[in-house]
Amino acid sequence: MKIVVNFDLCESNAVCMGVAPEVFEVRDDDFLYVLQEEPPEDLREQVTEAARRCPKQAITVED
Amino acid sequence: MDPIVVVGASLGGLSALDALRTGGYDGDVVVLEAASGLPSDRPPLSKQVLAGTMDPDAARQPLAAKLEELRADVRWSTVVESFAASDLRLRLRNGEELQAAGVVVATGAAPRTLGGPNLAGVHVLRTLEDCLALRADLDVGPDRVVVVGAGFIGAEVAATCRELGLSVTLLEGAPAPMARVLPESVGSFVADLHRAHGVDVRLGVGVDGLVGADGRVSGVRLGDGTTIAAQVVVVGIGVAPSTGWLAGSGVPLGNGVTCDETCLAVPGVVAAGDVAEWFNPHFGERMRVEQWEHAIEQGAAAGRRLLAGDGPGEPFASVPWFWSDQYDRKFQMAGRPAATDEAHVFEGSFEEQRFVVAFRRGDRCTGVLGVNRPRHVVQSRMRLAESLAWEPIEALLS
Ligand SMILES: Cc1cc2nc3c(=O)[nH]c(=O)nc-3n(C[C@H](O)[C@H](O)[C@H](O)COP(=O)(O)OP(=O)(O)OC[C@H]3O[C@@H](n4cnc5c(N)ncnc54)[C@H](O)[C@@H]3O)c2cc1C
Ligand code: SF4
Repeated sequence: MKIVVNFDLCESNAVCMGVAPEVFEVRDDDFLYVLQEEPPEDLREQVTEAARRCPKQAITVED
Repeated sequence: MDPIVVVGASLGGLSALDALRTGGYDGDVVVLEAASGLPSDRPPLSKQVLAGTMDPDAARQPLAAKLEELRADVRWSTVVESFAASDLRLRLRNGEELQAAGVVVATGAAPRTLGGPNLAGVHVLRTLEDCLALRADLDVGPDRVVVVGAGFIGAEVAATCRELGLSVTLLEGAPAPMARVLPESVGSFVADLHRAHGVDVRLGVGVDGLVGADGRVSGVRLGDGTTIAAQVVVVGIGVAPSTGWLAGSGVPLGNGVTCDETCLAVPGVVAAGDVAEWFNPHFGERMRVEQWEHAIEQGAAAGRRLLAGDGPGEPFASVPWFWSDQYDRKFQMAGRPAATDEAHVFEGSFEEQRFVVAFRRGDRCTGVLGVNRPRHVVQSRMRLAESLAWEPIEALLS
């Protein structure tokens, strides 16, 4: 599983971080950091949920 | 088998449809939508699309691309005129009648207007058409734009107009912006932010009416008798839930459609989004929430509720969350504060235009608002989802 964030769309609202904090982090500089670009399989559910909830639909989960 | 009928094809309606399919419902679903095509995503209409920095076609609802897959019979330009809850029959404006096995009410809300004669140059903002009409009037280069109402949409429109280089007056009847929903100190911050960007903010002023000549608006007359000259007026004085078609239907109406904690209004009828008032068990109060993410989450809950049939269904417990962009400031709020709650500032200050405010009522935290503090708001929201206790929030933010 590979996480791709479209940073042109992302507006750093941290919704993804609320759902999957092990993978997404918005830091004090207001930018989103992807902590694990290829997270382990057991985070799939969280990551998929984060992608679904992202208001900008900026996250893609590739298999 | 009669179809499940979803009324309204915006966030709430399509999310309910998605939940029906995800929940394994394989029967027919009919979606009825008054607009002539898929309603656009609304948040960019007061921000990027109005500013001209986003192509209108790009303002698409999250489920737009998936609609085909959801196998629904979607009928555009179809207005539901009336409904009978006793036998779940809908009557359409074109005279057709439709028998439903279940109904999702997701008709949202419509902007309130000032009344009076129709004048060119006066706008509300709800649909893409509204946005493009306003944008066309702004492109002419009016000497002044008056925004009536300093709620979130009014404030966003004022900000966007300033960024387009226009002169803007923002009128608010209350002593501070957002005074119905937020403590005055936070509203005053919003007023100051707009003043710092050159908006003529006037608080505590009543609007008496619009002034026009030759069918076009020329100004706004205030309660004190003075008139502000304006070529464009944007009315942002809130919305009313779209329940006209439910009058006399047997569906209970109050502040929108009155639902129980599972989003059920009467047997076979659920509601979601801007139109729905439900009992939020997490807060122990009834609420109607006009927010983007909420419409999606409640739409899904309403869809699941229909599938639960005669069973008890699952309560929809939620900590609402929304955002608002004004200039380069990003507001976010989790929870449901009241104007009378105490406001405690953490992680910055109003002067820095970067902070978190936590709202306190007794030993409860009713919500957290951040300006350029997305992480703190989202983390607070997670805590609030566990419990509304004040102390953990104070500990998190201190
Ligand atoms: C300009 C603007 C900016 C916004 N910005 C933000 C933001 O930044 N953050 C945020 O959280 N929220 C924002 N919102 C709020 C958010 O967009 C709404 O909460 C959301 O659209 C509600 O979705 P809904 O499905 O309940 O209703 P709606 O989006 O109102 O859709 C209801 C649909 O039902 C249809 N309908 C109504 N009556 C009938 C009928 N009788 N028959 C058939 N169809 C009917 C309508 O045509 C409409 O398409 C904004 C809203 C606007 C207008
Ligand atoms: S939820 Fe989406 S927009 Fe928000 S920070 Fe994450 S990727 Fe960016």
